[in-house]
Amino acid sequence: MDVDLRNVRPYGDTMGDGAVQMSFTLPIPQGSVAREAARQLVLSMGFTDAQVVHDEDIGEGFTFFVVYGKTAASVDSTKIIPTEPEFEVWEREECNRRIQEYFGRPLVVVGACIGEDAHTVGIDAIMNMKGYHGHYGLERYSMIEAHNLGAQIPPEELLERARELGADAILVSQVVTQRDSHVLNLTRMIELVEAAGIRDRVVMVAGGPRIDNALAQELGYDVGFGKESYAEHVASFIIQELHRRMDDGRWTP
Amino acid sequence: MIRLGLDQEQIARLRKLAKEIVHGVAPIIKRNTTVSVERAIVRLMGLDGIDNDGVPLPNVVVEAVRPRLGDGVARHVAAAMLSTGMDINQLGTAVANREVDILSFPEPPEDELEDFWTEQTSFTMERIAERVKERNEYMKEYPPGPQPWKYVIVATGNIYEDVTQARAPALKGADIIAVIRSTGQSLLDFVPYGATTEGFGGTYATQENFRIMRRALDEVMKETGRYIRLVNYASGLCMPEIVVMGAFERLDMMLNDSMYGILFRDINPVRTFIDQFFSRMIDAVADIIINTGEDNYLTTSDAVEAAHTVLASDLINEAFGLAAGLKPQHLGLGHAFEMNPDIEDGFLMELAQALMLREIFPDHPLKYMPPTKHMTGNVFKGYIMNALFNLVGVWSHQGIQLLGMLTEALHTPYLHDRFLALQNAGYVFNNARHISDAFLVNPDGPIMDRVRTVMDDTEEFLKKVNDSGLLDAISNGWFADISRSPEGGKGLDGVSEKSPAYINPYIRSFAAYLGREEELEKWM
Ligand code: B12
Repeated sequence: MDVDLRNVRPYGDTMGDGAVQMSFTLPIPQGSVAREAARQLVLSMGFTDAQVVHDEDIGEGFTFFVVYGKTAASVDSTKIIPTEPEFEVWEREECNRRIQEYFGRPLVVVGACIGEDAHTVGIDAIMNMKGYHGHYGLERYSMIEAHNLGAQIPPEELLERARELGADAILVSQVVTQRDSHVLNLTRMIELVEAAGIRDRVVMVAGGPRIDNALAQELGYDVGFGKESYAEHVASFIIQELHRRMDDGRWTP
Repeated sequence: MIRLGLDQEQIARLRKLAKEIVHGVAPIIKRNTTVSVERAIVRLMGLDGIDNDGVPLPNVVVEAVRPRLGDGVARHVAAAMLSTGMDINQLGTAVANREVDILSFPEPPEDELEDFWTEQTSFTMERIAERVKERNEYMKEYPPGPQPWKYVIVATGNIYEDVTQARAPALKGADIIAVIRSTGQSLLDFVPYGATTEGFGGTYATQENFRIMRRALDEVMKETGRYIRLVNYASGLCMPEIVVMGAFERLDMMLNDSMYGILFRDINPVRTFIDQFFSRMIDAVADIIINTGEDNYLTTSDAVEAAHTVLASDLINEAFGLAAGLKPQHLGLGHAFEMNPDIEDGFLMELAQALMLREIFPDHPLKYMPPTKHMTGNVFKGYIMNALFNLVGVWSHQGIQLLGMLTEALHTPYLHDRFLALQNAGYVFNNARHISDAFLVNPDGPIMDRVRTVMDDTEEFLKKVNDSGLLDAISNGWFADISRSPEGGKGLDGVSEKSPAYINPYIRSFAAYLGREEELEKWM
């Protein structure tokens, strides 16, 4: 298969055909005007060909469209800098062994889903004994002392508990993203940690289905984890980050 | 209609266990009252509005009575109103402006008090009865669609945007519109006031918002000739107050679970048990169908392993509901299609459980929740999962089919998500309308195996809960894998032990209306 990595286009059935399927709703009543509006709109998005294959009245003067388009646009995939965190993923036993070797004491990890967000399943998946999808959680790690505070925890409380427990890492979960509530909460949390003067002492980890590493780092976290992340990712990252800080003389166990 | 031929004696045993379990918490419910029950009482009397700082008057009045909350707000309000001649709203305003000290009035003579409460409670009962009559008349003139009723949610945060999002699906076949509440409203110890346009993941439940949506749906009803039911959420710290608002604004259904707030919002168990009981008495008087939240258990527990906790909780919710005066046709008991789509024969297990619940709860409008936890960004796969869910729904004659959204894992529904969901359900329901008349269930096959397993597990589980008591069972984490202690959680400070002087005049009038004086004597 001959793919031009500098010129990648969507693929339908012929390399480089640029085939895209899309669907959307316009706030105008179904009919020929609406169909033409949908077509023109898609063309104005940069598609060279637009076929309105379906349009339907969905009530209240709204029309739903399914449109197929072809795009001439392409991306140079060789120029893309990955935003995923770079670290090695270790198995649980390996994590325990490294903690013993590097730090000589268990790491304290404190986590919560903060703000008004009541979703616990994500943070539980990472922290609780039973884990998720066959991946045990941090509580199962003999060299990790995991404290999961649950959901609806005010950032102030998470900070206070983290200080009491002498946390080496703080895990923050955010699932609800409506009106950017996750950004507000995550920002509030990091500001508190910085104001308390303990930013250098703790690894700050953000997670949730709509969180990615780029967003987390932009907000001042060390790392962000989205869908399909498990305890071993989190543990491995924390160990490597603390080890790095230790090497730089920024952190001592 | 398929008959699985379930063991009726076993069903009777399950019901008996559930009844014993709920009776175990009756004394604690009877011994105490809560700030939210007391606020509901003044709302029932007609108090509404806010003070200059935006604090709802029911909160102002109940706060003023707080040092003597154990007497019940009713006692002090009656004394103040009889002494001053003010009506409840004048009194609320005067308390807010610190013009009166509500605790300073003399106890009125017994006969005067008697007349006062007869007048007050009949005013309330008439107000609610008016709404019930209105609903019945509308339903006669504009008959609602057949079951499974197609239920969709709106959740834009802005009540006016919600109206658009609700009208469109109602015109396209939705039978029920639920307005999802804003994130965090369940933890507010007051009900926000007025029309609202800013919510997170939902729209604030306020009486004005109820009114706006009711009006919009009544208009659609007249356009389509079909009555459209309106739903909101009465869970959280203000459960009974929200039911009062719903009763006054002719909501047709209320999410009103007995344990959801405890498990999923960390609200104190004692507070919740008291609040849910009074709430459900109001539901019963207002002829409101309740929905329960067992589906949620399967988001924190595994759907295959924890199926029996759903049935057990349905039975507990039923027992609490019946005790409060609700009838089977008011009990929209919950369950859900939440098995991991990767497991072999998952569909058969889902079908088995849905048929089982139908037969155990024959007269109840069961509320069936769609796949949510295993929905992903692959909206196309999600759309098929929803189709299988709809097939089970029509096959097992569910009452309330909460339509699955293909974008469940992404955001609260877009306009076309809802439309596609309605199309999916409309297609499956119509194409397979009589599927249950077409097949018998193999008595030795996988469906009956599953049913027997779930029923036996349920019986064992209920025995265990009954032995430990419901409060301990909850603190042991037996429901939804979540542990909550009776001394913990939010809202415990709003629970007060009743003094010997305590009165709640509505208990008597509701009990009389529901014909349940004797039973309710044990509870409230
Ligand atoms: C289960 C569920 C609930 C349950 C939660 C039960 C509980 N105790 O957690 C209940 C019913 C209570 C609930 C309530 C609500 N929910 Co909800 N819920 C879901 C649902 C169906 C599944 C979420 C889930 O458990 N996924 C499984 C877990 C394992 O996945 P995860 O959270 O993504 O976690 C993984 C990663 O993200 C990551 N991760 C997560 N956190 C962290 C943290 C760290 C530190 C790390 C490293 C990694 C990490 O690792 C995990 C494992 O891989 C989703 C829809 C969906 N399919 O996603 C909606 C969903 C998340 N809910 C939603 C909403 C809006 C609500 C409500 C606000 C609705 C309302 N108005 O009442 C309320 C919330 C009230 C509140 N105060 O928060 C929306 C959010 C929309 C948005 N983007 O903002 C969704 C997407 C549904 C929808 N389409 O509307 N919900």
